[in-house]
Amino acid sequence: MNIVSRGDSHSLQVLFVASCLSFGSFAKPVAFTGATIMPISGEPIENGTLLIDGKSIKAVGAKVRIPRDAETIDVSGKVILPGLVDTHSHVGETSGADWSGPIQPEARVLDSINVRNAGFKRALAGGITTINLMSGSGHLMSGQTIYVKLREGNSIEAIAYKREDGEVDGGMKMANGTNSRRDSPFPGTRAKSASLVRQKYIAAQEYRNKIERADGDPEKMPERDLTMEALIEVLEGKRIVHFHTHRHDDILTVLRLQEEFGFRVVLHHVSEAHRVANEIAAANVPSSIIMLDSPGGKLEEQYVDIQNAPVLEKAGAKVALHTDDWITESRHFLRSAGLAVRAGMSREEALKAMTINGAEMLDLEDRIGTLEKGKDADFVILSGDPLSVYTRVEQTWVEGEKRFNLNDPDDLAVAEGGFGVLVPTGRGHAHGMEEGH
Amino acid sequence: MKFLSTLLLTVLAATLNATTFADDIAVKGNMVYTSAGEPIENGVVIIRDGKIAAVGQDLDITEGMETISANVVTPGLIDAHTVVGMAGYLNQQHDQDQLETSAAIQPELRAIDAYNTREPLVEWLRKHGVTTIHTGHGPGEIISGQTMIAKTVGDTVAEATINSQTMMAATLGDSALVSGSDKKRKSPGTKGKVAAMFRNQLIAAKNYSAKIEAAEDDDDKEAPPRDLKLEAMVSVLNGDMPLLITANRHNDIMTALRIAKEFDIKVILDSASEAYLLIDEIKAAGVPVVIHPQMSRPVSDKENVTYTTAQKLIEAGIPVAFQSGYESYVPKTRVVLFEAAMTLPYGMDYQDALNAITINAAKILGIDDQVGSIEVGKDGDLALFDGDLFEWTSHVVGTVIGGEVVSDSVK
Repeated sequence: MNIVSRGDSHSLQVLFVASCLSFGSFAKPVAFTGATIMPISGEPIENGTLLIDGKSIKAVGAKVRIPRDAETIDVSGKVILPGLVDTHSHVGETSGADWSGPIQPEARVLDSINVRNAGFKRALAGGITTINLMSGSGHLMSGQTIYVKLREGNSIEAIAYKREDGEVDGGMKMANGTNSRRDSPFPGTRAKSASLVRQKYIAAQEYRNKIERADGDPEKMPERDLTMEALIEVLEGKRIVHFHTHRHDDILTVLRLQEEFGFRVVLHHVSEAHRVANEIAAANVPSSIIMLDSPGGKLEEQYVDIQNAPVLEKAGAKVALHTDDWITESRHFLRSAGLAVRAGMSREEALKAMTINGAEMLDLEDRIGTLEKGKDADFVILSGDPLSVYTRVEQTWVEGEKRFNLNDPDDLAVAEGGFGVLVPTGRGHAHGMEEGH
Repeated sequence: MKFLSTLLLTVLAATLNATTFADDIAVKGNMVYTSAGEPIENGVVIIRDGKIAAVGQDLDITEGMETISANVVTPGLIDAHTVVGMAGYLNQQHDQDQLETSAAIQPELRAIDAYNTREPLVEWLRKHGVTTIHTGHGPGEIISGQTMIAKTVGDTVAEATINSQTMMAATLGDSALVSGSDKKRKSPGTKGKVAAMFRNQLIAAKNYSAKIEAAEDDDDKEAPPRDLKLEAMVSVLNGDMPLLITANRHNDIMTALRIAKEFDIKVILDSASEAYLLIDEIKAAGVPVVIHPQMSRPVSDKENVTYTTAQKLIEAGIPVAFQSGYESYVPKTRVVLFEAAMTLPYGMDYQDALNAITINAAKILGIDDQVGSIEVGKDGDLALFDGDLFEWTSHVVGTVIGGEVVSDSVK
């Protein structure tokens, strides 16, 4: 199992299978029978059938007609969940902006990813099939994030989601609070942080106005500007802002900026969400949060509450969970849902927070996040209750292909660790004391 | 009226106190795991005067005795190695006392001179059922200082401490090396230099000890002046303070065993993420292992970490305990309850996992006559759960230390 193609001896075979799949009609439908299917879009289905054909789901239910030519795989006693969606991760050697300035929306995570990094294998071993790969939080705006699908692929383009306009899909990473405060030209205070961001968005609005006024006349068009182009995508809602924010006042600053400029935003981490849960809910802004084993580690997290997830749920705000890998381990992502339930979240919402809620925060809810007809055949086969410590991820399927199999010795080694198994992990995204989480 | 009723309650409480000790309590559990034999269904633990007075099935409880019950009861959990109380949760310079980086070898540093009983992470562990912690100087220098054992209660270090000089914390491997940013120090810059400096210090302590003995035997000879560094190392040599050597890579683990053999000193292996490569060697050396947190990230010296190492060591008969370890960032500490749980999906035996955070941790720390199991005469330290203690979705519903309910929050 590799994010890239297998070695030489397999490449022909892979090529053949891949070409069959691409023609669809050559690929046999596959029916998974006997499992408890948790489609997330509805109640769990005991002894259900999941029918896939090529890259998509054909049917899900208790009584599914299995086509005569279908291959049937008996997964009795197992649990099937949609592929997990990690709304915030740093696997794959992500990087964005450098230290030359605090606002660099032109920097793309796309241009940094090592698709051979073992972090992608760890993610598959944890049942993750879609990831929002983020740059760091040491900048007010550290660059364009990228949404990837953990299908097999030799390049970042091969595993990236594509927008309708054909461009690689992703969001924009922003941060406030202490991580992005440092020596000039970075801001030294919170007010300065906000003013720098506002000034930049105002410049982008003016740039957009110039384009509108040009009305297609090349003479009147402003010169191309990567920074402005990226910000216009944010202003137009094509690019969702993923905003790292911890303290209650910083959270409200995000909401204030969002109201002023009208961008779409997901709040990330929100350590003090418990203090402003009603304001977050009223703004109808979703939150992507992490479950941690203890509070602290940095000043901004001194008032973090393990109960943020249930508090937001009760306030009526949407919650997704994330790994922030390396902060928590992709292989243990399901544990986050367990801990959220331990903290008081409902089981139903905790499972949504691992799947459809995250998909919505990436604008991908039409393709992933639930097991429904027409959606991508991304799913996880578990040995039991998704929230139980005893449960293992047995298989992870992406677009109808088995990408992780616990019975494969190589995959087992990734799941359990071992000598040289995850080496080289590459540079990773080392969270320093001033950067990250 | 309100005042009166409050007064009445106070009088009642005082009456109750007169008939039973404040730290007399009966704890009932649908399942009581004692870590000293089979679990007891419908078990009762009677604690009198802070000590366990009786444990068994359906025991009679003296009328009027404070009684609490929970689904599952275990011995108070033991964290076999942490820096909690030394490394504060704010992670600012003022609350980080786990590592003094001014020199590579500072065995004279005592944990009791830094341990902060009121540190929020001590409370955090207590609320998660942890009643005893082995804490102190962390890894990062060849010899970083001493460790201590504390209960997770007490306002002063004297109240909290049950052993003030437990082990000598030492480090082999990358984190013992001088980092590139530290320009003032040149050494140690290599593994070879680390071992040479380590051995030199032990030899210096031997010489110092010999001079003291010589002076005792011969009135003409003068004893050397007191030297805190060497005194502490003599305690290592004579076995009063075992060496707790943090070593992860297989070659560093072998260096630890080599030093133990050369100086005939007691060593406890710490972290040991590649121990699965050296099971025979570790077993032959008779060295216990305080295994790395299971959720350690696979980076640097721990890049080859596995979730099955603890189980392999235990199956080979090597004593193993879990630890919360040291975290430089978020989360600022791990919790041994979760670390033990994390081995279960990979095949660890249930009781083995529990033993590694109770009785076997106590044995490795040398405090198993006092804590680590629910047996008559031991401290009345218990952890209470509302379900399978290792399930992510269960809760710690109570912590008892010395017969006193020190936490009744739901965590």
